[in-house]
Amino acid sequence: MMRLGSGTFAACCVAIEVLGVAVFLRGFFPAPVRSSANTRHQAELPAPEPSAGASSNWTKLPPPLFSKVVIVLIDALRDDFVFGSKGVKFMPYTTYLVEKGASHSFVAEAKPPTVTMPRIKVFSLVRVTLTYVVLYLRTVVKKKALMTGSLPGFVDVIRNLNSPALLEDNVIRKAKAAGKRIIFYGDETWIKLFPKHFVEFDGTTSFFVSDYTEVDNNVTRHLDKVLRRSDWDMLILHYLGLDHIGHISGPNSPLIGHKLSEMDSILMKIHTSLLAKERETVLPSLLVLCGDHGMSEMGSHGASSTEELNTALIFISSAFERKPGDIRHPKHVQQIDVAATLAIGLGLPIPRDSVGSLIFPIVERKPMREQLRFLHLNTVQLSKLLKENVPLYEKDPGFEQFKMSERLHGNWIKLYLEENNSEVLFNLGTKVLRQYLDALKMLSLSLSTQMAQYDIYSMMVGTVVVLEVLALLLLSIPQALHRKAELEVPLSSPVFSLLFYLMFLVLSALHVIVCTSAESSCYFCGLSWLAAGGVMVLISALLCAIVSVLTKMFFSGNLSNKTPSHPNSKWSELDHLILLGTVGHVLSLGASSFVEEEHQTWYFLVNTLCLALSQETYRNYFLGDNSEPQHHFPMEQGLDGAASALKTRTGGDGTERDNGHGSPFLSEVLEGHEKWMVLASPWLILACCRLLRSLNQTGVQWAHRPDLGHWLTSSDHKAELSALAALSLLVIFMLVQRGCSPMSKAALALGLLGVYCFRAAIGSVLFPWQQDNKDISKGIIEARFVYVFVLGILFTGTKDLLKSQVIAADFKIKTVGLWEIYSGLVLLAALLFRPHNLPVLAFSLLIQTVMTKFIWKPLRHDAAEITIMHYWFGQAFFYFQGNSNNIATVDISAGFVGLDTYMEIPAMFLTAFGTYAGPVLWASHLVHFLSSETSSGSALSHACFCYALICSIPVSTYIILVTSLRYHLFIWSVFSPKLLYEGMHLLITAAICVFFTAMDQTRLTET
Amino acid sequence: MKDTDIKRLLYAHLFCIFSIILSVFIPSFFLENFSILETHLTWLCICSGFVTAVNLVLYLVVKPNASSKRSSLSHKVTRLLKCCIYFLMSCFSFHVIFVLYGAPLIELVLETFSFAVLLSTFTTIPCLCLLGPNLKAWLRVFSRNGVTSIWENSLQITTISSFVGAWLGAFPIPLDWERPWQVWPISCTLGATFGYVAGLVISPLWIYWNRKQLTYKNS
Repeated sequence: MMRLGSGTFAACCVAIEVLGVAVFLRGFFPAPVRSSANTRHQAELPAPEPSAGASSNWTKLPPPLFSKVVIVLIDALRDDFVFGSKGVKFMPYTTYLVEKGASHSFVAEAKPPTVTMPRIKVFSLVRVTLTYVVLYLRTVVKKKALMTGSLPGFVDVIRNLNSPALLEDNVIRKAKAAGKRIIFYGDETWIKLFPKHFVEFDGTTSFFVSDYTEVDNNVTRHLDKVLRRSDWDMLILHYLGLDHIGHISGPNSPLIGHKLSEMDSILMKIHTSLLAKERETVLPSLLVLCGDHGMSEMGSHGASSTEELNTALIFISSAFERKPGDIRHPKHVQQIDVAATLAIGLGLPIPRDSVGSLIFPIVERKPMREQLRFLHLNTVQLSKLLKENVPLYEKDPGFEQFKMSERLHGNWIKLYLEENNSEVLFNLGTKVLRQYLDALKMLSLSLSTQMAQYDIYSMMVGTVVVLEVLALLLLSIPQALHRKAELEVPLSSPVFSLLFYLMFLVLSALHVIVCTSAESSCYFCGLSWLAAGGVMVLISALLCAIVSVLTKMFFSGNLSNKTPSHPNSKWSELDHLILLGTVGHVLSLGASSFVEEEHQTWYFLVNTLCLALSQETYRNYFLGDNSEPQHHFPMEQGLDGAASALKTRTGGDGTERDNGHGSPFLSEVLEGHEKWMVLASPWLILACCRLLRSLNQTGVQWAHRPDLGHWLTSSDHKAELSALAALSLLVIFMLVQRGCSPMSKAALALGLLGVYCFRAAIGSVLFPWQQDNKDISKGIIEARFVYVFVLGILFTGTKDLLKSQVIAADFKIKTVGLWEIYSGLVLLAALLFRPHNLPVLAFSLLIQTVMTKFIWKPLRHDAAEITIMHYWFGQAFFYFQGNSNNIATVDISAGFVGLDTYMEIPAMFLTAFGTYAGPVLWASHLVHFLSSETSSGSALSHACFCYALICSIPVSTYIILVTSLRYHLFIWSVFSPKLLYEGMHLLITAAICVFFTAMDQTRLTET
Repeated sequence: MKDTDIKRLLYAHLFCIFSIILSVFIPSFFLENFSILETHLTWLCICSGFVTAVNLVLYLVVKPNASSKRSSLSHKVTRLLKCCIYFLMSCFSFHVIFVLYGAPLIELVLETFSFAVLLSTFTTIPCLCLLGPNLKAWLRVFSRNGVTSIWENSLQITTISSFVGAWLGAFPIPLDWERPWQVWPISCTLGATFGYVAGLVISPLWIYWNRKQLTYKNS
């Protein structure tokens, strides 16, 4: 048996949990797959034509098939809007083209990205193809703002810290690189994704779903002018109106018919003008009509029903002229095929990461040699992708087929160059063609299936570790929150050691079986045997610990049933709220909207908490009576039974919650104005929170709303911003200096001055004496000046803490030391926060002060409640800062403060601190508050335990949720970033818990 | 406490529920294009009016706390005025709380305020009818164990359930279903209404269920 403080125990648990989450993340996000970085910039040489023996002279890319391409993208163009009865009725011209005209029509299936290719899509949201971009923009980003010009793909942002635009290989990029002049009219998110790609553009905002005429007129009004000119190669028109109508009134609304007729006339206009233009050029032009996704019967989209996935796709060009009687029924193709087809049509290299295959009818009129060449290029590109992603690519049937067809193709070329009999040539050519098409299909399929696999084994291992830790934490609540705050960890009891060895053997056997039979690559199997064995040992040890705790609970439970439980312990409304809030928040993580709008959950909970606190203060103030409840409702009895077990233990931490809630004589204890402050403080906090809430709009749905932050950062309001920043810094100084030693007081003042100087130097705020700053520097010197003070204050704090350890019983020094560490962190946060966010910091300090003085001290909450309140406020402040569950809102500029060049480790650290400043500051305030408030007792270790528990519950639940939702459409856009945030949060929690434990250790040595 | 009391309570509550149901259907005979979602403000006003009227009628008919002493007219008038002031104050304070909870400050003021009026109708007006403009009595009723009659007990339950309903009504707002009832404050008003109705239904049943355990100081 080993005795362990509950703080230490919690810290160990969180550390193990971090390990589990890391393994899970490694399984969930496989290593990024992409071709080596240098190929990104230099153009790859196209694969030469294969040839047996004699060398082919055709090594360049084939020339474009079309001179001009017009893409008319109609949002939510379901297939039956064109090919069904609606199309016949409302789109006569298009129907004519589809049935008799020079066109090829298809039903393009917009597969949810998760089904086709998560592994490729792992590290970026928007990738691969034009259509994917569109699909994503419209379904994933869902008619909402796409951040401030940066892409939502996540690890990319961290890897390429200073390139915000779309980095992935795509058709637009290739076309731009090839010197094509692209014009774009439509949804403005395109312009944010492809900055500087368009020679001419006009973006329409898509925020207002209720507007379905103006959005389209904004696109159409440019048409006449553009169609008359001929100085462009590619024209992209993105019409949003149809989708908006769908959202308003569904697919059966009469408005749909009007919109379709409008679209039909636009199509006719473009087509006739293209035909008129075509006489001047050699090559024909191409008109593509497509939709990005369908529309469900309710009018929305995003799920994976057939109506939502099937879209119309029509290629119109005089090159597709057909003989009378040639009836072409719309065939099914994949939407991702459009990218490859467009690339071939424009004579561009196929985007590297595209998994689509060429839509063959588009090229079937071309000479055999060109057809083969196109197919060859496409298969080469796909097989390259396969090579990069699948270790055993050589055994893949698609790859074998590709090799065979390539050989045959070479033979064909040889024959062709020797100018053999044309019939033989034709027959062989058709054979090669068929083989290539088969190869394409197989390659595409195996890429999709290979990439659709998650590394389930690693995910399972991680989940098991995390869940075991959570179970252990939950089971040890009664013991850990006991007065002594100590746990007994059984180390070597014979039964358990037997169980342990058995478990270990079984797990090792399982590991061997899984790894030898695994087909796809698996991270956990790739680990060395020692590491894998270590994890197995950990899992079995945790299991044994759980079993032992359970048996002990069972035995002691039998005992305690005989002893009467405390009658006095009862859960207050606050405790119910805390429990309800925690459960509600955890459950809300299963819905994508609640993940996107998590800040709303926290604001809501914090507000409710404040109201509950205000109710408590009022009750304590106005009704001092605390007599026993005279009618005890049997309904509450059950809950109370469980509650009392917890309460009796939590209750004994020195603060002695003698009588339910707070002292009955609150009104007598406090005098005069303080009484009123106690009553008013919850409302003050509520008002502060409301102000902060309007400072930064985050999330997705309401992110576009005007907020104070934008108003302040606009260049017209620099003076206001400067005043506000200065005021906030002053408030920060006033609030922080109280607890500091004179030395660090001075350091703090200078440091905060330095912060202002730094912001002035980089030009975001003004000095009163300077009207407009002309010389803008990077502010390196000023920032480093502040860093010196930060380090100085932190150093003084640490010194005080160490001193308090040596000189036992000097309790004050320790409090001062903790406060200094806290103020050092505040100073660092002040440096890293953008000037418009400084009020967040000031308000956070203000709320902490008010809560400490007027709520926690007079009402005498216990350590667990105070910890959870700190945690809630920390989470709320995380979002008040402007963060969200989208990686794009991470303020990367924090990583460059005071650094000349990009240095990975400091930048990472600073960014992480800047992002999590809210939770970290609240946690460090908690440490200071508890160690200053409760001179004796085990408040700190209770707090540490509660903090660990309250952080692990969401993480563990979220891991299970994500595993079960791994085929959800929004998995990569909504759930995965949140998973990364949760992982990071857990890491920070682990650091905080270690800090807690260290503080607790100093307490132990003191006493 | 007798079973007849509980019966009276039940009938009174059924009357309230009936008035809410009427407020949904009656206006469509007089007003064109009336629907709860599209002409929400109208419905809010009508519903508040109906519930207020029913409460007043019940107050006059049932007189749950019939005071024995007759009071002068001026006393009655001041009482009435006081009640009005209390009601307005509760409306404004609810409005403030909604804004603190994140309701838009400038836009949709009328909507927010009518929600505040509705919630006051569900909570403050029954309190005023039952307890009068007497803050002490209010505090007593809403403290943990200050209830002295089944009327007060049911008042406690309906008030709390209206609040909880309004609170829960805010949950669907962030969801992206893009339904008309997700717009502020419709889901909250509906939540409050459902909460109120649920409270009206539950409280007699609950009191009946626990009639053995419930003992009042001076019933």
